[in-house]
Amino acid sequence: MDVESYLIYVIMPILCLAMIMILIRFLKGPQIVDRVIALDLLITLGVGFIGVFSIIAVNKNFLDVAMILALIAFLSTVAFSFYLYKSKKND
Amino acid sequence: MTDIAIMILSTIGALFILIAAIGIVKMPDFYSRLSVTIKAATLGLGCILIAAALFFKEFQVTTKAIAIIFFVFITSPVAGYLIGKVAYVNGTKLWKNTIIDEMKNDPDSFCAAVKDIDKMEAKEKAREKDREKDRLERKKPEF
Repeated sequence: MDVESYLIYVIMPILCLAMIMILIRFLKGPQIVDRVIALDLLITLGVGFIGVFSIIAVNKNFLDVAMILALIAFLSTVAFSFYLYKSKKND
Repeated sequence: MTDIAIMILSTIGALFILIAAIGIVKMPDFYSRLSVTIKAATLGLGCILIAAALFFKEFQVTTKAIAIIFFVFITSPVAGYLIGKVAYVNGTKLWKNTIIDEMKNDPDSFCAAVKDIDKMEAKEKAREKDREKDRLERKKPEF
């Protein structure tokens, strides 16, 4: 069994299952902070997904996209926490 | 040999991400969910990106993978710390079986600082109201 078929038939289904579970928490989360950390983990999983896909597609250019996604994950979490704090203080 | 190393590393990374997904669904509390998230983000992502770097065996790809791993290792604990503090300040409840709450009466904590800031702002608002009252009284015509 070579690397590509192993990644396609074993690793990718595991990652898809994890993505579905995180999506359940993202839709169900009782408070908004739960949704924020679910979104953060979802983007992080997207970075891993792109890393596996760059091996499958034998294309190294996808790693640039992974780097930008990692940046966006950090920025979105910090911005969400900032605005949650501001909205609580104005109540 | 390299193929086996890539398989093992990607399997470890995928399993860590799956464990994190199970944890974020099954954990009873916001704070335990948060703790699960950060570990998976660092360790699982690191293994998968090292596997990608082993597969390509090029200088550019290895540099990019190390840069992504370094960035995630630095930023994801910071983001988790920030969102945890904001959740505590906003009044997210702890789990009912939580043993200790160290943030409760800590004078140096972020909560105390926030309360001080809120008190200062309340004082400033009161002063502004007083000034407006003074202005209104001055504008009244005296008979």
